[in-house]
Amino acid sequence: MTTRIVELRQGILKKNDELAATLRAGYAAAGVLVLNLVSSPGTGKTAFLERTLKEVLAHGSRAAALVGDLETDNDARRLAASGAPVRQINTHGICHLDAEMIGKHLNGWEGVELGKLDYLFIENVGNLVCPSSYDLGEKIRVVLLSVTEGEDKPLKYPTLFNSADAAVITKMDIAEPCGFDRALALRNINEIRPGIRIFETSAKTGAGMEEWLGYLAAERAGLN
Amino acid sequence: MHELSIVSSIVETVTETLAALPDAQKGARVLEVRLRVGVLASVIPESLEFCYGIASEGTPLEGSRLVGNVLPVVVHCAACGLDSELEGVQSFRCPRCGEPSSDMRQGRELEIDSIEIDDGEVKQ
Repeated sequence: MTTRIVELRQGILKKNDELAATLRAGYAAAGVLVLNLVSSPGTGKTAFLERTLKEVLAHGSRAAALVGDLETDNDARRLAASGAPVRQINTHGICHLDAEMIGKHLNGWEGVELGKLDYLFIENVGNLVCPSSYDLGEKIRVVLLSVTEGEDKPLKYPTLFNSADAAVITKMDIAEPCGFDRALALRNINEIRPGIRIFETSAKTGAGMEEWLGYLAAERAGLN
Repeated sequence: MHELSIVSSIVETVTETLAALPDAQKGARVLEVRLRVGVLASVIPESLEFCYGIASEGTPLEGSRLVGNVLPVVVHCAACGLDSELEGVQSFRCPRCGEPSSDMRQGRELEIDSIEIDDGEVKQ
């Protein structure tokens, strides 16, 4: 018996990474800013995105959204009320979106051309673990955290928080009754991802939305 | 779900590598697959090993060992100009001077490093 070592040095998620790189090049060529929204279930991604879509459209920008869930098209129907084109991705048990699912749902999306959009929002499956491994070709990964979840979420899920480009705290309107320790939450986010932009928002009252929309507009302008 | 798809991808990649080996080594049996797994790869090597037996069944990888070599986070500190390993993942600061750092140089790897194969040739 002869044993040998064969060096591979290959990324295990190479296929996803290659596909994501192709998507990223496509987004750049189309001039569309793509954001991947990630959080645990119940953080309020959909409510935050509903409000974002409405306001982005009201400012005269063009936006669309892909939304991932294991089952149902409830979120797509909620988001579509904003007037933006929305497409549901049902993963049927898979805990994250991957680049292949995104590519498949962008293809043949009736009435949507990337080149005619300013923003494409991707609402990932509610999960703070698995989505961190799967690049969707996005420019900005946004991690969301609600005031009801506990200020130590960033410490418990450092992988995802560390991979994010921006953080959004949701449900700020109920921060006080929840006993939310704002300073501690900000400190924990910064401990895991030093220097990250943090937005403190409420989809209900609209608090913090202006700053968030300003950030989006600046990032979108930065693409050109 | 996540672990099973990762393990399936390992089996697929190694099978492709075997198919690309020179003719004399065709039909080689895999003894060990060695991974490099960063602590921030959101993958636990033990969970991978658990799925590995199932995913490798009926493939040239059947019966082989999966070994995950875990890599700590390494950050670059702009103040010190040095790369340092972090002991944990609760604070992204330079362990020398305490300066926060988002400049990660290691810790997200999820790679197949190498495979050990038995190519079946008899030593003369």
